[in-house]
Amino acid sequence: MKYTEEHEWLRVDGDLVVVGITEHAAEQLGDVVFVELPEAGTQVSSGDDAVVIESVKAASDITAPVDGEIVEVNDALVDTPGLVNADPLGAAWFMKMKVDDLSQLDGLMSEDEYKEMIA
Amino acid sequence: MPNLNRTPLHELHTDLDARMVPFAGYEMPVQYYDGVLWEHLHTRTSAGLFDVSHMGQVRVSADSLEEAQLALEALVPVSVLGIPEGRQRYGLFTSETGGILDDLMIANRGDDLLLVVNAATKEQDVAHLADKLSGCSVTPITDRALLALQGPGSEAVLAALVPGVAEMRFMDASALDWNGIELWVSRSGYTGEDGYEVSVPSSKARDLAEELLASDAVIPTGLGARDSLRLEAGLCLYGSDIDTTTTPVEAALEWAIQKARRRGGEREGGFPGASRIMEQLESGAPRRRVGILPDGRAPIRAPARIFREGSDDPVGEVTSGGFGPSLGRPVSMGYVETEFSGTGTVLEAEVRGRRMPVTVADMPFRPSTFKR
Repeated sequence: MKYTEEHEWLRVDGDLVVVGITEHAAEQLGDVVFVELPEAGTQVSSGDDAVVIESVKAASDITAPVDGEIVEVNDALVDTPGLVNADPLGAAWFMKMKVDDLSQLDGLMSEDEYKEMIA
Repeated sequence: MPNLNRTPLHELHTDLDARMVPFAGYEMPVQYYDGVLWEHLHTRTSAGLFDVSHMGQVRVSADSLEEAQLALEALVPVSVLGIPEGRQRYGLFTSETGGILDDLMIANRGDDLLLVVNAATKEQDVAHLADKLSGCSVTPITDRALLALQGPGSEAVLAALVPGVAEMRFMDASALDWNGIELWVSRSGYTGEDGYEVSVPSSKARDLAEELLASDAVIPTGLGARDSLRLEAGLCLYGSDIDTTTTPVEAALEWAIQKARRRGGEREGGFPGASRIMEQLESGAPRRRVGILPDGRAPIRAPARIFREGSDDPVGEVTSGGFGPSLGRPVSMGYVETEFSGTGTVLEAEVRGRRMPVTVADMPFRPSTFKR
């Protein structure tokens, strides 16, 4: 797993990268009540707004962590936004991306580095 | 947090691992361990305990109660003289142009009036009162905390400590004894639920809060749930839904202006902004605060603009919005031009650059359960 400063996790799955948010991020957001996903097939650059996530308290944007194409999104989150709190590292993945250059992941944080950042 | 005031319950909040945030110059709990959603739902089904000690408690007295009541009527369009002893009433401080300087509660305690005002505006309110109320003494109460116990379980829990509260009706206010300590209790709140607000000496605030929290029915509840509860109840947040640019009629608060203060009443007018407010009471206002239900799932928050379908000229703006946990759907309120304020009117709100269909709705979104 790799981590971003925006509290996203990335997991390599074959030739795709699965993206979600960390437990820490989910806890900080509080109860998630709404998730808006991008359309599969969208081409994004690192830093582009990709997902809108709203808790009872506020709306936040989740940005694309790397350049590439969003090939699949997790529609289950639209009907059950609370999954983000219940299982942020598993069932609540947001999107799968076909990454232009996998070496972009090398610039992201390891689990230890992420833990240090949020400590 | 630097430069922030703390309430007498600050240590309790930190002991309970509350998430503290700055609010109106205070360090306040936004949520505890259960989270906003659960705190909200628990308050509707059982009881939630809120620390609202940041709000201002102000005593107003004069040589006679009637003198204080009449003096206060010069600042609010409320029949203060018409508040019976042991009752409280919602009020508004109006500005010379008919805007709203603050909203407040006014209790008649027999010998004096007790006002409860908003935290962010309390200093300005006290200055306003001290400046304008000739012949009255205006005393900010700084040695008391204010707790709100809200929800259908409140009566049983509080009555176990203070039996007299069971006899109270919605908007009753009385001084009651708790272990030799005088509590100032009103049966009121800001959630749309039955419940109480309890003013307690600061030194005893934690003891009282802990006795209430010892009940299985009660959980500590933060500002997050306070906001979603009041939104579902259609209640205004000062600074968001009402302010100096909104009049009481625009804000749909004319029910707070009793007949005695309206045209033809025994004490007609005589409050700041009376000419504009009286005119609007008779002829209507150009815009109106209404409930706004998003058709979709996305919460629509302030300051989303509101349009007629297919038009680019805004006809209004959302002033509060979010997810209503008890309704399981997003809810908003805001202002629209009066022409579009009818219940059922279909409009569009702009969210993240896109138009979302919304419908004008009656408030409260959820019926209130006051014990009248």
